[in-house]
Amino acid sequence: MTTATESSATKPSASVDPRAFLKRQTRWSVFEVLFWLATLSPFFLFETYLSLASQIAITALFAVSLDLILGYAGIISLGHAVFFGVGAYTAGIVSKYGWGEPISGLFIAAAAAAIVGYLTSFIIVRVQHLALLMITLGLGFIAVEIANSADWLTGGADGLLGVETWPVLGIWDFDLWGKTAYGFALVVLFILFVVSRRLVHSPFGLSLRGIRENAVRMPAIGAPNPRRLQKVYVISAAIAGVAGALLTQTTEFASLEVLGFQRSADLAIILILGGTGRLYGAIIGAIIFMVARDQLADMNPQYWYFWIGLLLMAVVLFLPDGILGGLTRLVPARWRKP
Amino acid sequence: MSEAALATRGLNMRFGSLAVAQGIDISVPRGARYALIGPNGAGKTTLINMITGLLRPDSGTILLEGQDITALKTDARVKRGLARTFQINTLFPHLSALEAVTLAVSERRGEAGNWWRRLPDYSETVDEAYEILASMQLADVCLQPTHSLAYGQQRLLEIALALATKPRVLLLDEPAAGVPRNESSALFEAIARLPDDITVLFIEHDMDIVFRFASRIIVLVGGATLMEGTPAEISSDPKVREVYLGSSHTGGAHHV
Repeated sequence: MTTATESSATKPSASVDPRAFLKRQTRWSVFEVLFWLATLSPFFLFETYLSLASQIAITALFAVSLDLILGYAGIISLGHAVFFGVGAYTAGIVSKYGWGEPISGLFIAAAAAAIVGYLTSFIIVRVQHLALLMITLGLGFIAVEIANSADWLTGGADGLLGVETWPVLGIWDFDLWGKTAYGFALVVLFILFVVSRRLVHSPFGLSLRGIRENAVRMPAIGAPNPRRLQKVYVISAAIAGVAGALLTQTTEFASLEVLGFQRSADLAIILILGGTGRLYGAIIGAIIFMVARDQLADMNPQYWYFWIGLLLMAVVLFLPDGILGGLTRLVPARWRKP
Repeated sequence: MSEAALATRGLNMRFGSLAVAQGIDISVPRGARYALIGPNGAGKTTLINMITGLLRPDSGTILLEGQDITALKTDARVKRGLARTFQINTLFPHLSALEAVTLAVSERRGEAGNWWRRLPDYSETVDEAYEILASMQLADVCLQPTHSLAYGQQRLLEIALALATKPRVLLLDEPAAGVPRNESSALFEAIARLPDDITVLFIEHDMDIVFRFASRIIVLVGGATLMEGTPAEISSDPKVREVYLGSSHTGGAHHV
């Protein structure tokens, strides 16, 4: 810090270029470009699976929203379906009462989920570990019961009927084959993925990783942890809300299942299978989980969780960074991002 | 002497029946190098935890440059220029050293809440972080994840993180803890090179280092200040010798 060391020691040595290092981490890799090109393949190769593809895209978006809080900020949640459900019901109710325009529907659903996220964030950022699991679990139970008892609004256990989604931009109608559904879901997924990717590469994203890595040190370098966590929680809730709204808009139906515990638990499984803290893990996990479930659907639906249970244990034991983390290790180091 | 950079008035704190702070009054003038010594369990780290806001004293006040900061949270105290390091490495294991210090710099510059601009676009912040790392001899390893750094380098990173907050008062809790004796004086040389306007209060057990680098010494015993003085006064004081330096001939001497 003295002038003597400043002149000699602060010249970047040839091997270390800090800005280039950080820039490399934010650059789009060739794998990413290939991946997004591959997401177009259902339009040409698997046309009969377009509705499954749109379900996957929606689940992937939902999983990305959980990755932001779990993978980056370290907030464990077993109740993230609350926000998915709020988005799903909001979009459905808005549509049922006469406004079926899908894009503005997504914004309205995002706002509703963000408000619920903001209100609950005050508790979330003050608890950790087991208490956090129980609080998020409890919020999930409460949300289901509220939706169930408000049947005049939500349709209760019968589900929300009468949802009608207008054509996207007045052009693309939601067809039976799911072409529009997948196209719409994929575009929304891609846009919000780019936003999330930007977020994790920002100073804010770095501060979230800092909280995850060491919540005690953060205040000691001047970071207001609760405010940061609240912010990412609200953003995550909004994205989960959009995913929920997409489901309602593409299926024109919403039931209590959208906010149930099963959905929250499946989501956590998806993210852990794919790999946390890397965004693409969320998408890979969604693809594996949804395709496997679809292929095994003929079996006893309970039996299919036998395989998921086995897979989950294998991944946690042998691939602690998830399936994507395991795949990354197969790539030669020089192609990998630092 | 102008007003103290850091002062405490009558700090009291109990953990159950154990008094860990009993009416602690200290006053550290601007730019001074103070050492805080005392036997294990004397309450040295507890005092630093209270000053930085990790622990809340039962009573008493803490003044930073004359202003009462007793009610402020840790991060607010850091924003006012009070930083610390930890006795046990309290770092970010999976962040690179560069990312960790960049994070601390961007917190100070008020940029860490931005979620839309990319980190490398803040070139001044990154360059400043790199300069701090270079000043702590960490330039060559700054792209490595923290957990892969050698222990001594992690100790230096502890200090680098604190410096990134641009502290006016710096509290060092055994900065050389666990570092081999021959390396610890090099670490203290780095501390001694800090600009004169930074006030430093450090905990250290090695008396050679304390006598070499401290202008004044505070002796803490059983949560209370036993005495304060220059190294010469402390080393010749019979009371200090008895409770801390371990004089053996007095019957009541206890080794804690």
